[in-house]
Amino acid sequence: MAPEPPLLSMSGITKSFPGVRALDGVDLDVQAGEVHCLLGQNGAGKSTLIKVLAGAHQPDDGTISWRGEPVTLRSPIVAMRLGIATIYQELDLVEHLSVAENVHLGHEPTAAGFVVRGKAAKASTAALLKRLGHPEVEPGRLVGELSAAQQQIVSMARALSHDVRLIVMDEPSAALDPEEVDNLFRIVGDLTADGVAVVYISHRLEEIRRIGDRVTVLKDGRAVAGGLPAKSTPTREVVALMTGRNVEYVFPERPATPRDADVAPVLEVQGLAREGEFAPVDLTVRPGEIVGLAGLVGSGRSEILETIYGARKPTAGQVIVGGSVLRPGSVRAAVRAGLGLAPEERKAQALLMLESVTRNVSVSSMSRFARGGWIDRGAELGAARAATRELSLRPDNPSVPVRTLSGGNQQKAVLARWLLRGCRVLLLDEPTRGVDVGARAELYAVIRRLADEGLAVLLVSSEVPEVLGLADRVLVLREGQVVHTAPARELDEHRVLDLVMEGAPVASASSAVDSPAAGGRGPAS
Amino acid sequence: MTQPVSPPRDSTDKVPSTGQLPAWRTTVARADVRTLSLLGVLAALIVVGGITKPDEFLDTRNLQLVLTQGSVIGVVTVGMTFVIMSGGIDLSVGAIVALASVWATTVATQEYGFAGILFTAVLVGVGCGLVNGLLIAYGGMVPFIATLAMLASARGLALQITDGATQIVTIDSVLDLGERDAYILGIPPLVLVFAVVTIIGWLILNRTTFGRRTVAVGGNAEAARLAGIDVRRQRLYLYLLSGLCCGIAAFLLIILSGSGQNTNGNLYELDAIAAAIIGGTLLSGGRGTIVGSVLGVLIFTTITNIFALNNLQSDVQQIAKGAIIVAAVLVQRRTASTT
Repeated sequence: MAPEPPLLSMSGITKSFPGVRALDGVDLDVQAGEVHCLLGQNGAGKSTLIKVLAGAHQPDDGTISWRGEPVTLRSPIVAMRLGIATIYQELDLVEHLSVAENVHLGHEPTAAGFVVRGKAAKASTAALLKRLGHPEVEPGRLVGELSAAQQQIVSMARALSHDVRLIVMDEPSAALDPEEVDNLFRIVGDLTADGVAVVYISHRLEEIRRIGDRVTVLKDGRAVAGGLPAKSTPTREVVALMTGRNVEYVFPERPATPRDADVAPVLEVQGLAREGEFAPVDLTVRPGEIVGLAGLVGSGRSEILETIYGARKPTAGQVIVGGSVLRPGSVRAAVRAGLGLAPEERKAQALLMLESVTRNVSVSSMSRFARGGWIDRGAELGAARAATRELSLRPDNPSVPVRTLSGGNQQKAVLARWLLRGCRVLLLDEPTRGVDVGARAELYAVIRRLADEGLAVLLVSSEVPEVLGLADRVLVLREGQVVHTAPARELDEHRVLDLVMEGAPVASASSAVDSPAAGGRGPAS
Repeated sequence: MTQPVSPPRDSTDKVPSTGQLPAWRTTVARADVRTLSLLGVLAALIVVGGITKPDEFLDTRNLQLVLTQGSVIGVVTVGMTFVIMSGGIDLSVGAIVALASVWATTVATQEYGFAGILFTAVLVGVGCGLVNGLLIAYGGMVPFIATLAMLASARGLALQITDGATQIVTIDSVLDLGERDAYILGIPPLVLVFAVVTIIGWLILNRTTFGRRTVAVGGNAEAARLAGIDVRRQRLYLYLLSGLCCGIAAFLLIILSGSGQNTNGNLYELDAIAAAIIGGTLLSGGRGTIVGSVLGVLIFTTITNIFALNNLQSDVQQIAKGAIIVAAVLVQRRTASTT
């Protein structure tokens, strides 16, 4: 629409990491003076995209234009010189330096080229802080002494200390109180009035409605929708884009006869809670049953899983496996009782990336192949081969390093680990994260087969169709609370999306200016 | 399951065509290249020694001396390799060697003869390792800090025990092992101990659950924890192991010098870390080999010997060692990044 070229235009951006394609041809156009919202689940590619934009990652393919001119963002310095500033969620401030020193880090006002003019730095910092509505922050104070909100202001002041044309804000409201969010929005408004473009990342849809101009939705490394009007696109449509399927997956059939209700559950969770993360949860999983937890980011789904597993210590409640209560907060107790976790962050939390598939598979059951600590490597390799073959892991050679595997096969290696261990309850956190679309159906079949063989499966997924397609029973979570429980057959995607969003507590605080249709009840398209 | 029983064998979820066997082969090849390049450096050093001082360097006695001198630091390096592979560091090894060597040579200890000295040296080493391990694994201290504190205290305690004096060993059975013509199975005793420790270390690292856990903790501590490994206990054991190696090294040093001194083991921590790094151990943990570390030790000791034979002062030796560390790490970075 604008007669002049967009401020920023990224097209066909592709970026692969070993085993996963993080970005797969993403387009993004940002106009000067607009708030462009970037939406997507964890792992959709938002972080990678903004790192490419900040010059921290080099794309494998695609072009970036800045004010109509093609540019190469070789390094963060190049991006900064163009006027692109990024405020990361994990603030990149030096805690032991003062506010002014942080703001001017790397471009200190100097005399004779190297003597830092501290007073000038403090004065300009004070001016910036005032402009940002926080004159009470002392430029001389150590950043480590400030509150999270104040630190964010400092980070923003640092961005503005450059001649900035575009600011990327990665979930800026996540750590803020409602009043602070209001101040943030005022700042964003001021910036855009000056012609600065803002790329705004948030999971909170109602914020996007309030300040956003346009929305780009990322999913699985692709932009599934670009430049939607932020204010008028129905919420349900946006959420469906984020969580919905973009391919018709083939889900394995459920057993013809539903599981006997009188089979004793192998996993019982009673009143399990963690303060500030999720309210008391009750759930049971029977052998052969797949129970799904559906919810958006921040609904507490991963936290619940990790607490059941003992990786986080509950503040209340208990976990019972096969009739005996687990020691709270002990992963080893959980593993011994027969729990296995396939965590959300496969590389960081599950895999030994320098090691072979065999060693990754056998790591939880080493003692089985050992006599007096001495490993029978033949038996180990044989068992690992059997386990990986059962899951059709490719390549069919467990001696290869696990890092050379694709995302789907890495996930199978994690599953094989628990298969080999002989676990009774499998906890799956985003099992198809980073798995190529084509490989998902196969993974679904594997999970269903494991359940049919008698495993109890507790599944967390941000993709509603995945939960509905795979699980027998579904618990819907919102803001750390279970809001609905039902057999998967009795639910459909729209119903779950409504439950997931309906009357979200945060929305009530900030949706005063919003249309009453935020609940997504209106006719979708 | 009723219908789609097993997924199609030849699914779409394939590794990119460049993966599979070639990747696997390069890994093996790279490990070999690393060891081979270390052997190459050692061979080059032997050639240099043979050319500059053909008579002295290649003399059997001299080669024995090189190995004997390398034995003490070699045993320490084996323990250090385990610690570094787990992502830790032990700065206190030199101080523990000093403390163990003086504690084991006090008049009171020497009354118990050979066994008393050996037993005390090992026990002091393990005791110090226990303190390190508890502080790090259960006290939540950073390994660098905990072992730095141990370095200071153990050295201080060693000085307190000796009051700066050299404690002469009077036990003949101990002194005999340090004689130039002492052999067990045709091998100098110290070299034999070094060899045994190396072999046992290699077996533990490559063939036991202990070794696997060490690598897992060093490679990804969070993944190891979530896989059900007791990461803390493993860390404790690792510093115990390092302490044990220091105790053994202290005993070797007592044999070699016929005495115990509080200045023993000076800067062993740096030599051991350097040898492990040259040998290809990743300072961040998760990767390393015993063979590499031992070759690192042999390279260092050979340099020292050649320089001494050529009347070059220790300052030149230090500079050469520093250059070798830099060169080794640069070469390893190159081989790592070419894949």
